[in-house]
Amino acid sequence: MDNSRIKKVSTHIVQNEGLLFEESRPGRVGYSISPLDVPERKDEDLIDAKFLRDDDLEGMPELSEVDVIRHFTRISTWNYGVDTGMYPLGSCTMKYNPRLNEKLARIEGFAGLHPLTPAPHAQGALRVIYRLEECLAKITGLAAVTLQPAAGAQGEFTGIRMIRACLSERGNPRKRVLIPDSAHGTNPASAIICGYDVETVPSNSEGGTDLEALRAMMSEDVAALMLTNPNTLGKFEKNIEEVCRIVHDKGGFVYMDGANMNALVGVTRPGDFGIDVMHMNLHKTFSTPHGGGGPGAGPVAVTPTLEPYLPFPRVFKAERGDLDLDFDRPKSVGRVRAYMGNFGVLVRALGYILTHGDPGLKEATQTAVLNANYIMENLKDVYDIPYPGPVMHEVVFSDKRQMKYGVKNADIAKRLIDYGFYPPTMSFPLIVPGALMVEPTETESREELDLFIDAMKSISEEASEDAEILKHAPYSTKVGRLDEVTAARKPVLRWRPKSGDDKQRAETA
Amino acid sequence: MRYIPNSPDERRSMLESIGYERIEQLFEQIPENVRSTEPLGIGPPVSEPDLLAYFRELASTNATDFQSFLGAGAYSHHIPVVIDPLISRSEFFTAYTPYQPELSQGTLQYIFEFQTMICQLTGMEVANASMYDGSTALSEAVLMASRVTRRNKFIIADSVHPQYREVVDAYTHNLGFEIDLVRCGQTGPLDLNSVRAGKDTAAIIVQSPNFFGCVEDLKAIADAAHEQGALLIVAVAEAMSFGALRSPGACGADIVVAEGQSFGIPLSYGGPYVGLFATLEKYIRQIPGRLVGETRDSNGRRGYVLTLSTREQHIRREKATSNICTNQGLFALMATIYLATMGRRGVQEVARQNLQKAHYAAEEIAKLDGFGLKFAAPFFNEFVVRTPERASEVARRLLDKKILGGIALETYYPELKDSLLVCVTEVAKREAIDRLVSALAG
Repeated sequence: MDNSRIKKVSTHIVQNEGLLFEESRPGRVGYSISPLDVPERKDEDLIDAKFLRDDDLEGMPELSEVDVIRHFTRISTWNYGVDTGMYPLGSCTMKYNPRLNEKLARIEGFAGLHPLTPAPHAQGALRVIYRLEECLAKITGLAAVTLQPAAGAQGEFTGIRMIRACLSERGNPRKRVLIPDSAHGTNPASAIICGYDVETVPSNSEGGTDLEALRAMMSEDVAALMLTNPNTLGKFEKNIEEVCRIVHDKGGFVYMDGANMNALVGVTRPGDFGIDVMHMNLHKTFSTPHGGGGPGAGPVAVTPTLEPYLPFPRVFKAERGDLDLDFDRPKSVGRVRAYMGNFGVLVRALGYILTHGDPGLKEATQTAVLNANYIMENLKDVYDIPYPGPVMHEVVFSDKRQMKYGVKNADIAKRLIDYGFYPPTMSFPLIVPGALMVEPTETESREELDLFIDAMKSISEEASEDAEILKHAPYSTKVGRLDEVTAARKPVLRWRPKSGDDKQRAETA
Repeated sequence: MRYIPNSPDERRSMLESIGYERIEQLFEQIPENVRSTEPLGIGPPVSEPDLLAYFRELASTNATDFQSFLGAGAYSHHIPVVIDPLISRSEFFTAYTPYQPELSQGTLQYIFEFQTMICQLTGMEVANASMYDGSTALSEAVLMASRVTRRNKFIIADSVHPQYREVVDAYTHNLGFEIDLVRCGQTGPLDLNSVRAGKDTAAIIVQSPNFFGCVEDLKAIADAAHEQGALLIVAVAEAMSFGALRSPGACGADIVVAEGQSFGIPLSYGGPYVGLFATLEKYIRQIPGRLVGETRDSNGRRGYVLTLSTREQHIRREKATSNICTNQGLFALMATIYLATMGRRGVQEVARQNLQKAHYAAEEIAKLDGFGLKFAAPFFNEFVVRTPERASEVARRLLDKKILGGIALETYYPELKDSLLVCVTEVAKREAIDRLVSALAG
């Protein structure tokens, strides 16, 4: 195979490393604990033996500190992160995670603070929450914000719950939630667990909401429309005001999934175009690390109408200017997470917002949109674009042209790995068969974008020259394509000692 | 803006290369009348040194220099130094959900290790890749129990963390579930005589050690649940107790959820934490959240993948049973590193110190005039002190001595005005415990 076209990476030694349990050796110690400094008693004298553990935690590893450091360092090198390079997962906004914000969250006064510390002794934490709520209200153009939801999906759930509570109080919670066919899969799930049936709104030929269909579907049975704007095709909903009007005219609410807010910050405010309630993903737009799948945070912003229904407690300014917690919220939908949400994530997001300030936030949005359009323009002759025209922060290609060589989006994605890139999103939007959804974000240099464009072009050439190369990619990773069918058919979800070669058991016996 | 690599000139040249003159042209798809003309009003950019100073000043007003005996679902334990440098490896913390297994084996392997150790600790057969926290894990357990049993009546002890119960209420509010609350404020542990389980009960839900610190007789409760074909859901807010107490799995639990914060995760004013979720193999296709499984590549090499994703909402959109999309990857990693570092011996030794120190403190406090222990039940590292005057007043006075002495239970249980929930972990030195005791004495 000719790899001379791969410019960004060359192959590198990969360390093999077993599981913690396989590396365990009896008697190894990796921890340090102060000696017990109170009079020691027999455990059985403190607690009835029937309540005490009697399996000696069999199977848990015994490792030295060096073993632990080597183990996790080695397995980390099998990963790809934003710091490794461009991570163009569409709708995931994989932007640089500033180190400064990591430092802020680790300041002992935040990291060491117990969540039930009385408010007068947690003023700094409450001020972080209060100020971040203020910032997000300004960014969204909405009246009030809760920071409690732990993730975007929980934000969706919180928002729909609030709509339901408000409608219930007006006498009828209604039956249905409308969701466009281009939406992320958590939208319907969130509506369903709030007790609603879900109906799908078709997209028009430009990828926007089909207004005629929406008008026909909208009735006084519909509680809300859940809209992603810009949608997962990277398109701003051109008729957004009309969309909101149609819903509002029948007494419904418009929920906005703010996953794609990185296209809008500082340029337009959802509150100004008719949105009633929306969530944001702090781990997307506001740069907090994705952490291999969490933690995130999914704050929800609302209009004054919905403000009474926000989860409790609310941080408020008490008389002497001190901040306090208000639990007396009779209309509140309650609590969606223990304590004050993912506070450490909130600190990071506030750090991001204040670092940028007004001009920086706008500059970030503009650059993100520029980078997406730059990729689109440079690849539009090579890859099919099912919904052409300028995009916002992300662009959706399809594998239509490569399919004639039998090459699917997944093959293109896997080959991109050999070129040194993380693949784009492929699982949605569902309305684009063979989608490759690319979101570069503002934190990529022109060189990185050009290398990506080159890689995509080169892969398309490979598809026409020798499609087999793509079908077996990647070649450069620790493991190749994995057998996911067997993994699901005969699930192995944990390690178990193998009889016969379990060293730990043999040696302790 | 230093996080944007391209200079303004480079950006201009990129813009021109794709046929535009002004950046604003790219935003013309937004109707003109809703485009912002004013700045957001957040203010000018703040420099790195100024921002550090601002946050340090904010943090300095938080009472982290107090001697703390607060528990109630968030615990002070020593965090091994190795955790932070390892989780700070950007291959871990700047990666996303492991959608592409070939480039995510590091994340996938540690989740597999995490799942394994959660099974070992809880005594259960399978564990998922983690949940947001203990409270949401419990809520998902309730939803799962309803799917498994096709019943929707629940019995929950009011000694389950009050905030967890509030979250369960929020999650089940619109689903028509019936949730019976069993009062435990006078008994400590659950009194099975006051549990009215029937053939329509989906699950009995208890916490152990419960919110009052009392260890529940899980075996007896499991038998009572199973007699009616109901499940036993056990919530554990203090995961360190796994190191000392018989596992819920060994007692017959069907679903075990826990808050994993004790495993190397900073208090951080309540989050992020990590929820643990474990159950029996027969319910594998009903588990919420993500699962990592072992498999092979085409060359027979061992590798790990996200699996059983047909359960997930993006495959069966209109039939979703849970909207959870991610796990708490990085915080599951913290717990994994904690458990690897402490290991089989360390986890038990730390747990044992918690047990010993808490009992020392409890005995010393009980010796004080007017003070006593509210409940006679066994406890791990947390216990309820009966105070001679209103507990909130006692706690307030301790603050003057820079001691966070406990949680006045009246906040959650109005009838328990004389009850202070005190937590003592391995980080409390004997002299600190003695200082608490003498401060309580007046």
